[in-house]
Amino acid sequence: MVDRIAQIWGTRTPFGRGERWPVRVDQVLAQGVAESDVQRWVQSACVLCSNGCGIDIGVRDGIMVGVRGRAGDIVNHGRLGPKGLFASWQGVQNKDRLTRPLVRENGELVETDWDTAMERIVSRSRSLLDTKGPLSHGFYTSGQLFLEEYYAQAIVGKAGIGTPHMDGNTRLCTATAAAAMKESFGSDGQPGSYVDIDECDAMFLFGHNMAETQTVLWSRVLDRIDGPDRPRIVCVDPRETEVARHAEVHLAVRPGTNLALMHGLVRELFVNGWIDQDYIHRHTMNVDELRSTVEPWTPEAVADTCGVEAEDVRRAAEIFGTSERVLSTVLQGFYQSSQATAASCAVNNLHLLRGMIGKAGCGILQMNGQPTAQNNRECGADGDLSGFRNWENPDHVQELAELWNVDPAIIPHWAPPTHAMQIFRYVEQGSIEFLWISATNPAVSMPQLPRIRDILASDSLFLVVQDLYLTETAQFADVVLPAAAWGEKTGTFTNVNRTVHLSEKAVEPPGEARSDLHTFLDYSARMGFQQLDGSPLLDWNQPEDAFNAWKECTRGRPCDYTGLTYDKLRGGSGVPWPCNENHPDGTVRLYHDGVFPTDPEYCETYGHDLLTGATVGPEAYKAMNPAGRAIFKTAPYHPAHETPDEEFPLRYTTGRTVYHFHTRTKTGRSPQLNDAAPDAWVEMSVNDAETYGVTEGNIVRVESRRGHITAPVRVSDIRDGTIFAPFHYGYWDQSGTPDTRHRAANELTITEWDPVSKQPVLKNAAVRVTKIAEGTGPSPAPTTTASRPATRGKARRHLLPTAGGPAAQATESIAPVTAPTVATKEEQP
Amino acid sequence: MKLPVYLGLLHKAEGTLAQSFRQVAEGHGHEPDVHFLCQALADQCQEHQQALQPIIDRYGEVDHDDEPERLQADGLQNTRSGPVGLLRDLQDLYLLASLVDITWTMIKQAAQGLRDKELLSIVNDCDGQTSTQLKWLQTRMKQAAPQALIAAK
Repeated sequence: MVDRIAQIWGTRTPFGRGERWPVRVDQVLAQGVAESDVQRWVQSACVLCSNGCGIDIGVRDGIMVGVRGRAGDIVNHGRLGPKGLFASWQGVQNKDRLTRPLVRENGELVETDWDTAMERIVSRSRSLLDTKGPLSHGFYTSGQLFLEEYYAQAIVGKAGIGTPHMDGNTRLCTATAAAAMKESFGSDGQPGSYVDIDECDAMFLFGHNMAETQTVLWSRVLDRIDGPDRPRIVCVDPRETEVARHAEVHLAVRPGTNLALMHGLVRELFVNGWIDQDYIHRHTMNVDELRSTVEPWTPEAVADTCGVEAEDVRRAAEIFGTSERVLSTVLQGFYQSSQATAASCAVNNLHLLRGMIGKAGCGILQMNGQPTAQNNRECGADGDLSGFRNWENPDHVQELAELWNVDPAIIPHWAPPTHAMQIFRYVEQGSIEFLWISATNPAVSMPQLPRIRDILASDSLFLVVQDLYLTETAQFADVVLPAAAWGEKTGTFTNVNRTVHLSEKAVEPPGEARSDLHTFLDYSARMGFQQLDGSPLLDWNQPEDAFNAWKECTRGRPCDYTGLTYDKLRGGSGVPWPCNENHPDGTVRLYHDGVFPTDPEYCETYGHDLLTGATVGPEAYKAMNPAGRAIFKTAPYHPAHETPDEEFPLRYTTGRTVYHFHTRTKTGRSPQLNDAAPDAWVEMSVNDAETYGVTEGNIVRVESRRGHITAPVRVSDIRDGTIFAPFHYGYWDQSGTPDTRHRAANELTITEWDPVSKQPVLKNAAVRVTKIAEGTGPSPAPTTTASRPATRGKARRHLLPTAGGPAAQATESIAPVTAPTVATKEEQP
Repeated sequence: MKLPVYLGLLHKAEGTLAQSFRQVAEGHGHEPDVHFLCQALADQCQEHQQALQPIIDRYGEVDHDDEPERLQADGLQNTRSGPVGLLRDLQDLYLLASLVDITWTMIKQAAQGLRDKELLSIVNDCDGQTSTQLKWLQTRMKQAAPQALIAAK
């Protein structure tokens, strides 16, 4: 038994380059339940991060009583992380679950039946469509529904209502991953695979605290690090993360300066000749523009702007330039910071310059934050056209119109889809009067919360919220619909490296809660949305009907699902797309042949100017004649728009802790996880703490131009001049409102977004700090992760290490079977 | 030689555009993308003015010409408000940027006739940015127009 709160990554199973990652099956059962008590194990995959670990749900008497990792799954080889072990099942089996629809009567939410709730939605929806038209409707969805649900929602929005105002919280999490791949390669689609961890000689983690955000993936890295020929690690992160501790070079850049660093790294490759001229010539375009853009960025210039050592920039570039196989991963440190798309494209550029893409160990993982973010993007619940189609290409619009049997004119394609922040702006201005939010909590997760609360409370807005719990957001709703959770419905979803899993229904949802698919189908039927021949727009009865329809939508597209069925996904492992006649077992890596989906007839986008977001447009794009070549995209560095000044002298950044996911709707209801990180904190460096006369546990007020929070201080190894706050903590388990004490990190963040991906800039703002009380002890920040107490400085308080005790014990079974292979023919090219 | 007249025209038009971008940035602070980007584009216009300086030093600059000015482009003195106001302001910027763009094109023609490599290289750098400014304005207006013209209150 292992305490998986204290031992986040579990027991090491070292392996060498090119070997298969050994199996370790992790399992936890509810207290008092023995393995023999489990009546059924039901196949699924975990939704507590984007990694997509294969998981079995243990059921006894119709109740989930535990989980275990699936030994044969290519993603996790049996492992589970703390969130999967403790929150996946406990997070949904809680007395607080919504069991009946609620409607607002005289200002109060009161219980009602489904007919009443749905009729209220439909009557408002219909009257607005009649009087104001489709632009009065907006949808804000999630990265946590199933593929089938996103596809239903996408069709309802695009072919039923005809509104471009549809986005997901994936805008906050993974929009830049999609944008960077579209700009560089012509389409979304992850080039790399997790097996590249097994094969690489060096790993670069760009703004990616993998140790906390994807713990099982990090276990795989740790097992390589403990193996015979450990990969060299480079970390870009302003905090002293677990990744940084294992890194040979740690570039702790000032928040907001990523692009300057990337220009410096790219320049070093040019200057030292660490480039593959032949590959560049045959498979890429615009290299001269890249070369001239990075020209000013000497290591010294980078050092000056980013606050790192010039020598470290040289060392990092040398590792990239001279290692045989390099794997890069990118996440929120880049995606939620300024010039997000340009900085993330720069990672693609590094790989293209060396021709290190599509080969064993030479991968790019533009990560996702959420378990089903990939499906949101594929299906177009983020506003994109379904199946990675291009809204500027009339043939693609026609394909969808034929598939759905509707008039192509109803499908919004006159401008880019409306991104989340703009949707909220239209609500603020009163032109969107009907907003349907499913499975996300903008009242805690969006920037500048005082403004978001005002918007959600607008008199002109009719707000529908569909969720498991009465979240901070649901409290503003006019109608609340109780949703079935993971384990209570069947569907599929796709992880970061394109692996599709089936998640089967294990138990019944509580009370009258229904699957999101059921609810969207019900809405479509009640609205009377039709195909051209008068038949219902959506005539599906079961999730598998939706899956089969989706397969047709993907035929011939990069995300081709036509070779998959529910049956094929049952029993064994998840399968990475494209999976079709040519790739019956799926596909490990994309672009091994150096041919990219940039052909104008095929591509998902004609691209953008990365500085402004101006669209390139079809004529200019066709004139470039990309012809299957990748495109070096770049932009000049521009400082962040809000930088420290006399009034607000510190840089503010937000992020995650290993023990929580999002706004804690599930993890906050898992006792083990909640005890490990029960409340908010802010991190300050040793030097800054001294300057402000603050010690561990003192209560401070952190203030920006937009709001304030109060929280105890953890004096940590974060870089000087930077304040960190975890974004998980809201108000549902305080009084439900921020009236008593502001603690949500997004009270302070700025309303601003990347010009291309439209991802909000949640990771840089300017703040000031004031000590307001002594506090009653050390801060509640975990000691096991990046929030651990400073290792430098004097007068350190001794803190109790974070541990889970008897409740957090999980079993590990090491190497009970041999490790699975992935798409056998391709694993060892 | 009348090139100094056109250099004067361009220098003035870039200045007018810079000032107008700043005006729109200030007036539409609630649209963060417009706010921040217009500031950056105003800086670009001023950089264009600076880039022109060595050319003006060589050829001179004429403020007034014997050709009468028929069309005045004095730039934005105020901004409008609301969704349609934003659209109109962006559209005014588009007109001002178009004037800059076509003036660069005429200067480029002259530079080719003069085989002036320094001027040609400046034109290439600056006019590329001006056409991106136009593309951005068009992208942003196309996004805003349906909502402003159909649904806005």
